[in-house]
Amino acid sequence: MKAASAPTKLALADLEDVPIQTPSAGQAALRRLLRLRWGLAAGGILLLIVACSVLAPWISPHDPLAVNIRHRLAPPAWMEGGTTQHLLGTDPVGRDLLSRMIYGGRVSLVIGVAAVILSATIGVLLGLGAGYVGGATDWTIMTIINVMLTFPFVLLALAVIAVLGPSLVNMIIVLGVAGWPIYARVVRAEAMALREREFVLAGRALGMSHVRIVFRQILPNLVSAIVVIATLQVAQVIILESFLSFLGLGIQPPTPAWGNMLGEGRVYMLNSWWIAAFPGLAIFVTTLAINLMGNALRDWLDPHMKL
Amino acid sequence: MRRYIARQLVQLVVVILGISVLAFVILHVLGDPVLLLLPQNAGKEEFERYRHLLGLDRPLYVQYWKFLSGAVVGDFGKSWYADTPAFKLVLERMPPTIYLTFAGLLVALLISLPLGILAALKRHTWLDNLCTAVAVAGQAMPLFWLGIMLIIVFAVRLKVLPASGYGTWQNFLLPSFCLGAALAPITMRLVRSGVIEVMNMEFIKTARAKGLSEPFVVVKHAFRNACIPVITVLGLQFGQLLGGAIITETVFAWPGVATLTVESIRNQDFPVVQCAVILLALVIVAVNLVVDLAVGFIDPRIRAGA
Repeated sequence: MKAASAPTKLALADLEDVPIQTPSAGQAALRRLLRLRWGLAAGGILLLIVACSVLAPWISPHDPLAVNIRHRLAPPAWMEGGTTQHLLGTDPVGRDLLSRMIYGGRVSLVIGVAAVILSATIGVLLGLGAGYVGGATDWTIMTIINVMLTFPFVLLALAVIAVLGPSLVNMIIVLGVAGWPIYARVVRAEAMALREREFVLAGRALGMSHVRIVFRQILPNLVSAIVVIATLQVAQVIILESFLSFLGLGIQPPTPAWGNMLGEGRVYMLNSWWIAAFPGLAIFVTTLAINLMGNALRDWLDPHMKL
Repeated sequence: MRRYIARQLVQLVVVILGISVLAFVILHVLGDPVLLLLPQNAGKEEFERYRHLLGLDRPLYVQYWKFLSGAVVGDFGKSWYADTPAFKLVLERMPPTIYLTFAGLLVALLISLPLGILAALKRHTWLDNLCTAVAVAGQAMPLFWLGIMLIIVFAVRLKVLPASGYGTWQNFLLPSFCLGAALAPITMRLVRSGVIEVMNMEFIKTARAKGLSEPFVVVKHAFRNACIPVITVLGLQFGQLLGGAIITETVFAWPGVATLTVESIRNQDFPVVQCAVILLALVIVAVNLVVDLAVGFIDPRIRAGA
């Protein structure tokens, strides 16, 4: 599609309209630096979120599971009736919302990272296989990719979790196994192109084994693309994980997770909006930071990458 | 063109078969239907009897064949819960899902087309940057949270729109906006880059040189050509759109297939889940096919190259 619609341009008369592919070098560098700064800011926020999750037992003001009926449904501190004891208010059984949010990040981050590592591993191996070997292997793997991409990710995860039962490990497995086609598709296309390049042919001529060529000559060229996709995918997995937890099919209460807190808060949104609002905000800020960082990473590693 | 259609159809059949295998595997290999059907304290003989009764003691490929030959004629078995055919249950819930999906698509286009074109024409100005920033934020927004915030603001606080329900046009507003807002960012970026690319092409200069007015050039010449990649990607995104509809439905208690699926999952009603999964996948595959053919029809370069 991209190749088919590439414009043939002779834009001499109209320099202002020269496409973005060829801005002056200084301008391009400036733009990249600007986006990089956004990326750094996003990275800083992300680091803060990770630090909060890791240090949760030391920094959270209350025990996330401690029930206190007398303080139930307390609004955030700045609202009428709120106390500084519970900065973001409390939930229907009087658990401190801020503490639960700090702990809730742990689940999302662990599942996000673990599932992405799993799907990247599967996707890269199958993509390399399809792209390098070609023929029937390629056809089979591509068919599986097409089937998986046709299927809504959400529906697949829902159905599998329903059978396996909700647990942390099952969620990682399901989200990991469901997410690999994206990596496989990109890796396959790149591997196919690289297979014909001189350095690979030279490797063959020198008598390198196929396995060695794939892992020592082709794979290193794909690392930046894989890293960028993986970063962006963490955000997707976190959103999906919170949705499953939101439906009650993911992390089970009383373990705090942003998704199940949001699900609990939905019941009380008539009077106590904060229970649903803050966990959702946490998901939003986290995924936004990850996306911004992923975009900056792409610009930094390879501005011409098409993802 | 005929060869192109034939190739698309072969691929379609393969994908559908693949989806049926997937749906079969989910229930029959990962889980044991008997274990889900019978009470926990049922005896061993009871389990064996049911296994035999349901044909679960036969080889997997025999079971798959039975499942597939039933599915082809719309027989997915009876719901374990409601004692009606699963196919009928799912089919009844299909229209609301399809309406919601199209309403969401409409909203997404209403947002993304003007903004995308505007951003492309005012490239590198504050307006463009603002649109891009909103799009980046929009892409990170969890759909179900957006839905709940919409309910809190418009239904609970302002009391102007219903929080859930189905039937009147007011019921459509919040869910379709929610779904449309989720799809709009990526569409907007596509429209923007499509228009930018087209605006640099020769025929645009020709059109301007002929003395056509700028709005006419943009709408008649640039926009039409920018539509091709947008249609293609929207078609490919249809699965995502339907996935988004699933999330939206559960937030707004929309009486569509997704709510039925989630209910059935809670009730462990697997014939219904299987049927819903396969029918939704069929809808997606059909839409993809139509989009592929439409694009191939509009743009001869694609049918030669694909």
